[in-house]
Amino acid sequence: MSQKVLLSANEAVAWAACKAGCAVASAYPGTPSTEILENVAKFKDTINCEWAVNEKVAMEVAIGASIAGARALTAMKHVGLNVAMDPLMTYTYVGANGGLVIITADDPGMHSSQNEQDSRVLVKFARAALFEPADSQETFDMVIAAFELSEKYQVPAFIRLTTRTSHTSTVVDVGDDFGPGQVERKPYVKDIRRYIPVPMFARPQRVRAQERTEALRAFGCETPFNRIEAGDTRLGIITSGVTYQFVKEVFPEFSVLKLGFANPFPSDLVKRFAAGVDRVLVIEELDPFMEEQVRAMGVQVVEHTTELNMLEMNPVRLMALRKELLGDVEAPAAHRADTGLPTRPPVLCAGCSHRGVFYTLSKLGATVTGDIGCYTLGAFPPLNAMDTTICMGASIGNAFGMEKAGMQGRICAVLGDSTFFHSGMTGILNVLYNGGTITTIVLDNRITGMTGHQENPGSGKTLCGEPAPVTDIAEVAKAIGFKRVVKVDAYDLVALERVLKEELDSHEPSVVIAGGPCRLAAKLMNAGTYEVDPAKCKACGACFKLGCPAIERGEAVADGKRFKSHIDPVQCSGCDLCRQTCKFDAITKIR
Amino acid sequence: MKTMNVSLVGVGGQGILLTSDILAKTATLAGLDVKKSEIHGMAQRGGSVISQVRFGEKVYSPIIADGMSDLLVSFERLEALRWRHLLAPDGKVLINDMNMTPITVSSGQQPAVADLDARLKAEYPGALYVDAMALAQTLGNTRAMNMVLAGALSTLTPFGADVWEQAMRERIPAKLLDMNIKAFEAGRQAVQG
Ligand SMILES: Cc1ncc(C[n+]2csc(CCOP(=O)(O)OP(=O)(O)O)c2C)c(N)n1
Ligand code: SF4
Ligand code: SF4
Repeated sequence: MSQKVLLSANEAVAWAACKAGCAVASAYPGTPSTEILENVAKFKDTINCEWAVNEKVAMEVAIGASIAGARALTAMKHVGLNVAMDPLMTYTYVGANGGLVIITADDPGMHSSQNEQDSRVLVKFARAALFEPADSQETFDMVIAAFELSEKYQVPAFIRLTTRTSHTSTVVDVGDDFGPGQVERKPYVKDIRRYIPVPMFARPQRVRAQERTEALRAFGCETPFNRIEAGDTRLGIITSGVTYQFVKEVFPEFSVLKLGFANPFPSDLVKRFAAGVDRVLVIEELDPFMEEQVRAMGVQVVEHTTELNMLEMNPVRLMALRKELLGDVEAPAAHRADTGLPTRPPVLCAGCSHRGVFYTLSKLGATVTGDIGCYTLGAFPPLNAMDTTICMGASIGNAFGMEKAGMQGRICAVLGDSTFFHSGMTGILNVLYNGGTITTIVLDNRITGMTGHQENPGSGKTLCGEPAPVTDIAEVAKAIGFKRVVKVDAYDLVALERVLKEELDSHEPSVVIAGGPCRLAAKLMNAGTYEVDPAKCKACGACFKLGCPAIERGEAVADGKRFKSHIDPVQCSGCDLCRQTCKFDAITKIR
Repeated sequence: MKTMNVSLVGVGGQGILLTSDILAKTATLAGLDVKKSEIHGMAQRGGSVISQVRFGEKVYSPIIADGMSDLLVSFERLEALRWRHLLAPDGKVLINDMNMTPITVSSGQQPAVADLDARLKAEYPGALYVDAMALAQTLGNTRAMNMVLAGALSTLTPFGADVWEQAMRERIPAKLLDMNIKAFEAGRQAVQG
C-alpha cells in the first residue's frame, strides 16, 4: 500500500535519497538546508553520511563517491555553494559516473543569511542540470529522477530548494513498500582522458559538455516535470519552484507553464507555450533567470512596474501585480504591521560562553573583525564588540588586511570553532607566513551552534553520533608555527582581560582559544541561578553591559536615571559572569 | 471545505513548532491537504517565531497572506499585537495570557507598550484568553504549556479530540504522552467551560 507522510522538503530529500539507493552523503550545515543531512542520518544503515568541515570538501567527497560509481549526495545553503564551486566547475566537464545530486537551499528575504543569492545562476554557469520543486512531493520525485538523470547524461544534477520549500511540510506519497533502493554501481574504470582534465583532455570535454546541454534541453521539453496547465489563454504565466503555488492562488484561471526542470532552459517548450497564449508573463523569485532567457528567445514578455526580483515572494506581492495588470483585485484589507512595538531580536543565550569575550573586547576598545555564527550577536548593544562580518572565515583575512593597510590600534579576528575548521586554518597560516601581528580569537564551544548544534571535528562525535577524534585548535595553531598560543576559560573575566590585553598589545601574531561549552547544547540552561541583593546593588549598571537576557532593569533610583538590576530566575543559567562584574558583591549564587 | 489558515506566533522556546506540527498532522489524519511553513530564525531562544498551517481540499501557497488568517494563536501577549496584520476581518484569536518582556525592554533600549491591556482589548474584542502556564503548572509540568494551548486551539478547528490525540501519539515520545494529553484536555476544558 502506498504510504503518505507529512514531510518538509528537507526530509523528503532524505527519504528519496534512501529510496534511490544513494550510498554516500556529505554536507556542511547551513540554514535552511541543515535538516537534510540530519534526516539522511536516519537512513545511516544504507547511506554512509557525514558532516564535512566545509562545503568544498563535502562536494569533493560526493564527487569522489560518484567517480567510484556510487550514487552520492551533497547539500548546502546558497552561500555554501560559493565555497563548493571550484570542484563543481570541473566535475561538470568530467561528468558524473555514479549519480551526483546536489541540493542547494536559497534563502530569499534573508531569514537567516547574510545575503540572498539565486543559485539557478550558478547552476547554469556550471552547466549542470536543475530541478526546482514546488513542494515536498515534487522534491521526493525529483531527487529520485535527478539520480537517474545524472547517471544517464553524466551530469551533476541540482535540486534547488528555498526556505519556503525546505521548511514547509506537505503530504508526500513515498510509494509502495518504502525502503532502501538497490541500484547497481557503475563500474569505475581508470581513464585519465576522462578524470584528468589537463588542457588537451579538457578541450574535447568542453565540447561534450555543450552537446550534453543540448541533449538536456531536449529532455526538458519532454519531461513531465515541465508541464502546461491549460487555462484562459489571454495570459500565459511561466513560473517555477514555490512561486508556482502563489501563482495558482492569485492567478488561478490563466494558462501556466510550470518549469520543474529549468536548466538547460527548455526553449522549444517555452516557444510552444508562448505561441498558444496572447501575452506571456514570467513570475519567479529572485533573479530574472527565466525571464531573461525568454526575452533572449525573442518572445515578448509583459512589462510591469511591480518589483518582484528581490526579497521573498508571497501572495500579497502577486496581488499587487495582478492589480497593476488586470485591476480586478484588492489585497485583503489587512491592518498595517505595527512597527512601533518593542522588537524581539535574537540575543546570545543567558550564560552563553561567547559573552565574556565580547564584554572584554568592548572594554579594551579593540577593532574586531567578526565572522558568522551565534557570536555575530556580539556586534549589538550593549556589547558593541564587532566591526565587520563578511563570510565564513573572513574575519582573519579581514583583520590582517586592516593591519596591512596600516590601521592603528588593537586589531583582532573573532570566529567560532566550526568556522575555524571551515575556513579559518588557512587564514591563520597566511597571517603567520606573511608576518602579521594580529590576534585570532577562537570561541571554542565545541559545537556548530547557530545552525542548531551540529557535531564538528572539535566535538568528539560524528553526524551519526559515533565517537570521533577531537582536534585541538591550540595544537593546530602550534603545528602551523604560532609561538603565542593561549587557552583561556571563557567564564573567567579576569583571565580573559589579562590574556586579551597581553596578546592584542604584543607585536607577534597570536591565537587565543576561549573555551566553554555552548550552554544550550550542553543542556546547562538550568545549571544554576543567581540573585541580586537590592540592598547592596548601587545601580552602577556594570552588569547591564553584559547584555544577558536574564538581567533586567529593577528598581529605579536617582529620579529614574539609573536602575538597580534584577535577575530573572527562570532565564538565568548560572554562568557566574555577572557576579564577576559587580564591585559591591551584590550578586550571589542561590542555587 | 474552504481552506483554513492558522498562524501560530510567539517566542522561541515556547513549543510553537511542536504545536503546529501536531495541528498539521491532525489535518493530515483527517484526510486533508496540508501545508505547514515556519520561520524560526537561529539557534538561540527568545526571538519571535511564526509557524503557519493551512489545510483544506487543495492548498497551494505555504504562506498566509496578510489579512487572511482565520485563526491567530499567540503564545504571548505582545506577540499577539505584533502579528495583528495577519488576521482576517472575521478571524478568531486565541491568546496565551502570558507576558515575556523582550530584552530590548528589560535592558531599557526600547520603551514597553504601556497600554498593552487596552490595546489588546481594542484590537481583539472577542479574543479567547487561556492562562496555559498556570494550567500546566497545576499539572506539574510547565513544559506542557504548549499542549494546553493546543487543547484550546483544538476547539476552534473542525477536528475532534480523538484525531488530535492520535496525532499527539504519533509525534510525542511515549513516556511524555500521558502528561501531554492531560495538558491538552485541560486546555480544551478551559475554553469550553
Ligand atoms: C559558507 C557558509 N556555510 C554555512 C553557513 C551557515 N552557518 C552560519 S553560522 C554557522 C556555524 C557557526 O558555528 P561556530 O563557528 O562554531 O559558531 P557558534 O554558532 O557555535 O557560535 C554556519 C554553519 C554560512 N553562513 N556560510
Ligand atoms: S546556542 Fe550556544 S553558542 Fe548560541 S547563543 Fe546559545 S549558548 Fe551561545
Ligand atoms: S549568572 Fe548572571 S550573566 Fe550568567 S546567566 Fe545568570 S544572570 Fe546572566
